[in-house]
Amino acid sequence: MSRKISMKQAINEALDLEMRRDPTVIVMGEDIVGGTGAQGEDDAWGGVLGVTKGLYAKHGNRLMDTPLSESAYIGAAVGAAACGLRPVAELMFLDFMGVCFDQIFNQAAKFRYMFGGKAETPVVIRGMVGAGFRAAAQHSQMLTPLFTHIPGLKVVCPSNAYDAKGLLIQSIRDNDPVIFCEHKNLYGLECEVPAESYAIPFGEANVLRDGDDVTIVSYGLTVHRAMEAATALAKDGTEAEVIDLRTLSPIDWDTIVESVERTGRLVVVDEAHPRCNLATDIAAFVGQNAFGALKAGIQMVTAPHTPVPFAPSLEDLYVPSADSIASAVKRTLSPKGARSIAA
Amino acid sequence: MAQNPFPLGKDELLKAYRTMRTIREFEERLHVDFAKGDIPGFVHLYAGEEACATGIMMHLNDNDRIASTHRGHGHCIAKGVDVHAMMAEIYGRSTGACRGKGGSMHIADLSKGMMGANGILGAGAPLICGAALAAKVRGDRGVGITFVGDGASNQGTFLESLNLAAVWNLPVVFVVENNGYAESTAMEWAVSCDSYVDRATGFGMPGVTVDGTDFFAVYEAAGEIIRRARDGGGPALLECNMVRFYGHFEGDAQTYRAKGELEAIRATRDCLTILSERVIEAGVIGRDELQTIDREVNALIEDAVRAAKAAPLPVAEDLLRDVYVSY
Repeated sequence: MSRKISMKQAINEALDLEMRRDPTVIVMGEDIVGGTGAQGEDDAWGGVLGVTKGLYAKHGNRLMDTPLSESAYIGAAVGAAACGLRPVAELMFLDFMGVCFDQIFNQAAKFRYMFGGKAETPVVIRGMVGAGFRAAAQHSQMLTPLFTHIPGLKVVCPSNAYDAKGLLIQSIRDNDPVIFCEHKNLYGLECEVPAESYAIPFGEANVLRDGDDVTIVSYGLTVHRAMEAATALAKDGTEAEVIDLRTLSPIDWDTIVESVERTGRLVVVDEAHPRCNLATDIAAFVGQNAFGALKAGIQMVTAPHTPVPFAPSLEDLYVPSADSIASAVKRTLSPKGARSIAA
Repeated sequence: MAQNPFPLGKDELLKAYRTMRTIREFEERLHVDFAKGDIPGFVHLYAGEEACATGIMMHLNDNDRIASTHRGHGHCIAKGVDVHAMMAEIYGRSTGACRGKGGSMHIADLSKGMMGANGILGAGAPLICGAALAAKVRGDRGVGITFVGDGASNQGTFLESLNLAAVWNLPVVFVVENNGYAESTAMEWAVSCDSYVDRATGFGMPGVTVDGTDFFAVYEAAGEIIRRARDGGGPALLECNMVRFYGHFEGDAQTYRAKGELEAIRATRDCLTILSERVIEAGVIGRDELQTIDREVNALIEDAVRAAKAAPLPVAEDLLRDVYVSY
């Protein structure tokens, strides 16, 4: 059975199904139940934006509120994972990674390799990413490149409810630490999602739109901007192929390279800052491995090298827009764009 | 044979002595071999502190977890990690406990409940909260012990973990190994409170300070708070005041120490001497029995070094192995 639900509901459903299936799955985080120890209602919040609402009623103490103490509870999730549980720890805004990053990149990510392959750390750290929520510099970042840089971490960033459910289920079952990035501006977006359980394998990008003229690669919110741009470009006769990466580590190089070898043109869209991000990573990979197929210089569309601004008028300029993506496509199609590679 | 005045039987006393002697010989040997240039990287020796690891670990089984520190060899040996595998790891060999991927600061053996030495100070405290949570969820009566030095006791991870363990009522014991020095900086200067008991009280848990060079003092204090944690009584803090016979790392000239300090602690605060004299004086164990153990331990360490030096090095294909379970 399939019905339309939001990405927020899909994440809730994935947690519910996995908790039913596997008694070692526990969920912890700040206010994920809400009101613990207070006099009012149980399950008062279900997370700051209500993603885990209702799970406490179904699973009781397997959902654990934590003190506002990210180093301690993210580390506890990592330690519990190394001891046989499958914790899902909500780090409300992944910007808060700054206060607990050691437990993720020096501990969780390293255990398997550093201990000679004798440890597994099946922990999921999920939280919000991305701008557009008027939440300013410390609650809006797309920090995915920080995570993809670290060997041992897997990094997931779904663009829709269907993928969010299948990828979160896979994340929980996966035996490596996973950073699960939820774009806060996609929480309300609905699509058809099966009610039953299903897992989407990591490292398999989703080709959302076929096209032979140019390849646009993105993930998260900007996938939708890329689709808008592709629709607009089609009116002028340009057919863009749009690839949604879904997982950033592992990454589906084959699908990207195969597409670029056909289209000869590449636009990479990343909501992260412009230096050392997914866009530069993909551009470098394609430059090294499919240079002969390129008919034009690769274009990158990213956020600027600034913190996320608060004022709505500025924040709207910050996130890559459909217009900026379409312009980048046009640059790859212009004689100048083509010359840039011949020169 | 005199009546045994100790809280352990003779076999247990011999086991404790053997563990402490094994740690001492292991570290003394590393001190020598490191100076010869045989060992890559750097090592932090536990010599002088053996009574602490041993007095605590005598209460634990493989189901109990420990999170160790950069100065972790003693914790490993006392928790039952294989000495040959440890030595091979420190020599960077493929037969090492971590197949040569971890080295001195990352020796782990999860099958023994040893969750790793740790190069990040204070990082073990949150991890052990997780281990204790897992034990609590499973209801298996397991406990978690985390070790920090007086230096790392100032880390936010450690202080946050004291709070989390108290709030979640976790079966955790926080052991502060106070050897007086955070690397080269004096504990009296760097720690803002006079007593770790005050810190424990501040987080709503009992705290106990013992003479960490006295095996029996550690053993009895640890026994009580570990039993309490196992029975669901919640976390506690144990401060062991002890001495470090070597520098922060091998090669440390230790110019921060007072003149004559090292000679004095070796002469008066050697936990192995203190234990030996007490059991011999009580007539429970003969000096010859301890000397037999000394010879056996010497042979064990000698063989571990010989085997480590003869063991194969990791090869190129090992470089990329074991980053992920699956990719």
